[in-house]
Amino acid sequence: MSTTTYNVIGTRPVRHDGADKVTGRALYGADLQLARMVHGAILRSPHAHARILRIDTAKAEALPGVFAVVTAADFPPASADKIVDFGEGDTLLSSLRGNILASGKVLYSGHAVAAVAAVNAHVAAEAAALIEVDYEPLPCVLTAPEAMAPGAPILHEHLPNGNIAETVRYEMGDLAAGFAQASLIVERELDTATVHQGYIEPQNATAFWSTDGRIQIWCSTQGSFVARDATAAVLDLPVSHVKVTPMEIGGGFGGKINVYLEPVAALLSKKAGRPVKLVMSRHDVFTGTGPTPGSRVRVKIGVNPEGKITAAQAWLAYEAGAYPGAMVVPGAMTVFACYDIENILIEGYDVVVNKPSTAAYRAPGAPNSALATETVLDEIAEKLGLDPLSLRLRNAAREGTRRADGPRYKRIGCVEVLEAMQASPHYNAPLPGPHCGRGVAIGFWFNVGLPSSATLSVNADGTVNLIEGSTDIGGSRASLAMQAAEVLGLRAEDIHPTIVDTDSVGYTGVTGGSRTTFSTGLAVHDAAQLVIEQMKARAARLWAVDQAAFANGVFSSNGHSLSFAELAAQLGSTGGPVSCSATVNPKGVGGSFAGLLIDLHVDPETGKTSVLRVTSVQDAGKAIHPAYVEGQMQGGTAQGIGWALNEEYFMDAAGDMRNGSYLDYRMPTALDLPMIETIIVEVPNPGHPFGVRGVGEANIVPPLPAVANALYRATGKRLNRVPMNPATILGL
Amino acid sequence: MSAKVQVQTTINNEPVEFLCEPRQSLLECLRDIVGLTGTKEGCGDGNCGSCTVKLGDRIVTSCLVLGVEAAGQSITTVEGLAHGNTLHPLQKAFLENAALQCGICTPGFLIAADALLQKHPQPTEEQTRFWLANNLCRCTGYDKIIRAVQAAAHEINANSGAAQ
Repeated sequence: MSTTTYNVIGTRPVRHDGADKVTGRALYGADLQLARMVHGAILRSPHAHARILRIDTAKAEALPGVFAVVTAADFPPASADKIVDFGEGDTLLSSLRGNILASGKVLYSGHAVAAVAAVNAHVAAEAAALIEVDYEPLPCVLTAPEAMAPGAPILHEHLPNGNIAETVRYEMGDLAAGFAQASLIVERELDTATVHQGYIEPQNATAFWSTDGRIQIWCSTQGSFVARDATAAVLDLPVSHVKVTPMEIGGGFGGKINVYLEPVAALLSKKAGRPVKLVMSRHDVFTGTGPTPGSRVRVKIGVNPEGKITAAQAWLAYEAGAYPGAMVVPGAMTVFACYDIENILIEGYDVVVNKPSTAAYRAPGAPNSALATETVLDEIAEKLGLDPLSLRLRNAAREGTRRADGPRYKRIGCVEVLEAMQASPHYNAPLPGPHCGRGVAIGFWFNVGLPSSATLSVNADGTVNLIEGSTDIGGSRASLAMQAAEVLGLRAEDIHPTIVDTDSVGYTGVTGGSRTTFSTGLAVHDAAQLVIEQMKARAARLWAVDQAAFANGVFSSNGHSLSFAELAAQLGSTGGPVSCSATVNPKGVGGSFAGLLIDLHVDPETGKTSVLRVTSVQDAGKAIHPAYVEGQMQGGTAQGIGWALNEEYFMDAAGDMRNGSYLDYRMPTALDLPMIETIIVEVPNPGHPFGVRGVGEANIVPPLPAVANALYRATGKRLNRVPMNPATILGL
Repeated sequence: MSAKVQVQTTINNEPVEFLCEPRQSLLECLRDIVGLTGTKEGCGDGNCGSCTVKLGDRIVTSCLVLGVEAAGQSITTVEGLAHGNTLHPLQKAFLENAALQCGICTPGFLIAADALLQKHPQPTEEQTRFWLANNLCRCTGYDKIIRAVQAAAHEINANSGAAQ
């Protein structure tokens, strides 16, 4: 456990962007106003699967107030098999483009077909409705098992294996021998529905295609460089021709990594000769952006009489949506990642279906597969008469445990998370009455590294400007500034963080993969150390000594001493400004384990579930700003509970989403949840100077199975479908 | 496009006149015409609460009110909560309790919570949750928002007690 003492790290200062965000001054993408700016609207497919026979834009173009109309025909030509990679895996350029504006076929209801720019959003919407599209409707297929069946409608003729876009297989040990050693084998199959990240701010993008051939984009994105690179790829331009200015971002959770609007706004701007702003409606967000996959997962686990797992097998089929890229690979990698198991077979299928092309959502793929593993383990614990946490501790992954996909863990906190759950006040408190149940589950997420850059410039007043490129979704300005302050011996508020555009800072990967406080934090740490080295040299020059030391915010040598601020005031006379940059591409990523304890009450007549008590436990490595670490844990827990109990894309047989509004896609409100208790475990990551692991994601993995296990304890029913809503609970 | 209508209102204690089309929502008028972009749009159909403003003596989702309906009325938006450079106790409590992550829902929560505290100066957790159930937050799980509202209530009550 973490024992180092810090001055700034671990404290709870007010975030640097806080005042702007509580007074309405913070500028989000939709808040942008530019001179001569016009507004766009997108025409979307009413069919889940259809051939586009003809698009006639003449009436739209003739409407007064319309400046431009674009379709996929306006994309520059590109080879069909060109591969692009923005740091998170390969994608076919044709898929990326095809999802932005459909060409040849529409593959889901809500698929963008054409776009209009007009004097205001109302006229743009009227013009979009005047675009005539002739469709030849085709049969649609909406779930992975149906899409894998012989004779299913085929989405992409170029895929060699029908609708199965990719298969993944991990194998370790001897599965048959492992099951032969088991005295108890439990196998279950569970389905999950398509769900959306549900960020409150709809996607938006404003673009201006200048006469010099450069494009400037202002948008809501988790990664300004990814938005730049993807837009450049789609428009067949060098990346340096696109400058992305990330505006404040109103939530993302993985859903604002992909580009949807940026290239379209750019094409419209090129035709209109003006800046063009596109803002999605909430319905467009549900039907036109990437939700996270629905899935079917089958898990079989064998144990010996002592509760040691002897073999484990998983079969996973995830719905990619319209284009390949379901999160089945991480789902397969994480399905048994919490446990030390010798004999494993995992098979996963990435299956295209006529739903929106899926995107990442907080530990993407992991909740779906953990649901199966953790409910099977719950059943095993019950049948063996073991405490469910003790069963998990008996099998928990530790340093040196090999995961089925290859890597051996370095120092991890799986055991510490389980022990914290077992010792918690919550776990040792009685349930309040009948029809109540307590569920437990744990989960794992890798976290990622990816490149980050940062620049620190010392001001004459002793403060330091921090320039970085990680969009701040949940307080990362504070967690980065605090790491700089710790190294520099300053207070958090002495650091002024600014997130800048892609021309103004070195390449920085997405705010995703729980990486910002880890990776960009490392860049900030390294830049701060460079600042100290330069400042020490200045002090030495000032005092005419060979070298100066730095400790506790003070530079000193041979009886001389200056505080950071005192030396900062003398930089001008000792050689000029000090400004240091660092770029990292870290390898020492530390995975994070999380656990959930949840007490539920189920009304036996109505099937309504009430959440009584929740405790989220997570290994943060080191919590830089504990309040925002707790916030991540609470937010991921709330999303997971919504996913488990209520949220789903309700699709009709024709593939239309029938609940594409917040009223009907009912996310948890303040009234649906209790306070969410948190226990931060700190097993430092040896790959980060302060031990940071990253906390954005692992917390959403345990809620699905923990809720399922609690429902079983409350009702005696093992349900096999998420959401476990009243209809599922009552068997209606 | 239809003929524009002149609307006279008071926004954040200042007289404001604007021209709008009859079909434009109050939210559009505030953001795109008056330039007060602190009020946010999350859904456009009254279900997320991000566009909550005070209109007269009640709170409304401004996406469901027409701009012309605001004629002669007084409006309070998030930009009007602070007194000069002094933050409203709710704004201060949201910062001190880390009650926002992305911040897009925050303006709506602040306006709604302000109305709650005027009706119930020291609300229970249940009253707070019930009142704020019109406002969606996807980042926080609401825990820190509820705590911030209760902390602000304590501070307001302590100060008004001291003043007496």
